[in-house]
Amino acid sequence: MARLVLQRLALLVPTLVGLSILLFLWVRALPGGPATALLGERATPEAVERINQLYGFDKPLVEQYLTWVGQLLQGNFGTSTRTGVPVLEEFALRFPATIELTVLALVIAVGVGIPLGYVAARHQGRLLDHTTVVVSLLGVTVPVFFLAFLLKWLFAVQLGIFPSAGRQTPSMIATHPTGFYVLDGLVTREWDAAWDALAHLVLPALALGSIPLAIIARITRASVIEVQNADYVRTARAKGLGRPRLRRRVVLRNAMLPVSTTIGLQVGLLLSGAVLTETVFAFNGIGSFLAAAVFNLDYAVLQGFILFIAVVYALANLAVDVSYGLIDPRMRVR
Amino acid sequence: MSDVDVQDALGPSPDEAPRPRGPRDAGASIWRLAAHRLRRNPGALLGAAIVLVFVLVALFAPLLAPFGPTELPGRTEIRPTYIPGPSAEYLLGLDRYGGDLLSKLIWGARASLLVGVLSTLLGLVGGSLLGLVAGAFGGWVDTVTMRLVDLMLSVPSLLLAVSIAAVIGQSPTAVVVAIGVVQVPIFARLLRGTMLAQRGQDYVLAARSLGLSRRTVTMSHVLPNSVGPVIVQATLMLATAVIEAAALSFLGLGGGSPTTAEWGRMLTAAQNELEVAPRLALWPGACIAVTALGFTLFGEALREALDPKTRR
Repeated sequence: MARLVLQRLALLVPTLVGLSILLFLWVRALPGGPATALLGERATPEAVERINQLYGFDKPLVEQYLTWVGQLLQGNFGTSTRTGVPVLEEFALRFPATIELTVLALVIAVGVGIPLGYVAARHQGRLLDHTTVVVSLLGVTVPVFFLAFLLKWLFAVQLGIFPSAGRQTPSMIATHPTGFYVLDGLVTREWDAAWDALAHLVLPALALGSIPLAIIARITRASVIEVQNADYVRTARAKGLGRPRLRRRVVLRNAMLPVSTTIGLQVGLLLSGAVLTETVFAFNGIGSFLAAAVFNLDYAVLQGFILFIAVVYALANLAVDVSYGLIDPRMRVR
Repeated sequence: MSDVDVQDALGPSPDEAPRPRGPRDAGASIWRLAAHRLRRNPGALLGAAIVLVFVLVALFAPLLAPFGPTELPGRTEIRPTYIPGPSAEYLLGLDRYGGDLLSKLIWGARASLLVGVLSTLLGLVGGSLLGLVAGAFGGWVDTVTMRLVDLMLSVPSLLLAVSIAAVIGQSPTAVVVAIGVVQVPIFARLLRGTMLAQRGQDYVLAARSLGLSRRTVTMSHVLPNSVGPVIVQATLMLATAVIEAAALSFLGLGGGSPTTAEWGRMLTAAQNELEVAPRLALWPGACIAVTALGFTLFGEALREALDPKTRR
């Protein structure tokens, strides 16, 4: 298992190198040249000169590329032209918010999607099954930001059950040692702060989790249906394996392979979706920050985000490969 | 035995319009069988109806819409805390800037259809060319093409969209290119995969042994037999493209002002009016969802019709 992880991590290197080359070309192709792009339109000639020296934008291409990568590796992503704060600092501030949101969304998607798909498959062709199919179809076709609107309008504006925006009530007095607000509340024993932060997370996470939930439910249903009709399941039944054990050890386990692939694929979708949901709920994470960066063509931020999301994406795929090994013993041998 | 019976036994005469054939009829083409199954699938009919309405509305927008896409007929009736709702003159009411909501929805259908079709066409053509090259030549060409495709697949779509908009500017073209480019690797993989599967079939071997050149076999036999899944995918992609188009314009990548008649852009503007006039968000959102539903229903029914084994 450790070897598999190492192998996969090694494969990450060429992907990142390829991506960094693309990104480098992108930065060079930006209107106004790379220095202006990283500093903004109103950059002074001195500042442009400084950036050109720092990144070596006046040297041969290969050397430029290497200097640029070197700067990135040192965490020097440039400064946000919108806020004037170094990109890495902004990220450190907002990263926990997005992680909290996407993790909760994924928990909802997996926690509801898999049981839903499984139960639907067990009742194949009956009302419960049809309902699940329709609901999951709607989940895929209703745009995530529209669902966010609906939830906000219904539960926040009309019913007032959940807060409509932000990460925490502004008047709440809370300390934030980690930046993960729910965790902060738990660590510092400020229960009301943790609860408040969680309440702020519910609606955005529901909206964000809807599409992955629908997809996971569909795949689980299809996969379980396929497995429960497989010959080896019949054989196991014939050999006298009890139903609960059969379902847990044989059906569910075999059905989980395509599902785990799907879950891995959802991570990218979740990050894209986070940009939209965070915008609707004025949730101060990386997503809404990126949306603002798009509006203002804040290239330094975009560049940092592109690298960040690519790494997350690659790691998610790695996690999926590892989960294969855990689910299916045959994968461990290879 | 009557004439009709004889006719039946011999099959339809060439002069007569063919009767609808049952799926068991020998010799019916795969497309004909598919059409037969589609007609009997309520989901397919619903999907096709939605798509048809959407396309007609988009095509005849100038005739259907009471006002032009940029007109603000109710400009003088808007108050900071009040936006007039549905009335005889404005069937779905006005928006924040005094535009007629119904007209903007109708013009928005046109924008969505244009972006959806153009981007999917871009993805379809680009991806099919790559897939065709990889599937037809095989060997190192295949390896290089597919590594390239893998690299494209590993870049999240939103990211690609943002990068493209950053380089060519915020415009509808950026949205089309962004959505289309994301689809390229999907189509490439699909066509290559089905072509590889077809290449192992007996009929290919038969064609080769008859002395047909590799090129003829690939272009006239393997390729036509491989397009089914690609067409299904394109239909499903139209749904994704409509949603993505709205999402990207919602984020402002499509450019234009807040008064632009585009569903995603209308949602951006509606954000601030949720407490005053939620219908400004509900209508465009429902339009996006229903259109996407139509394409999805039809695409999935088409998939089942072309390959009943995938039926779930």
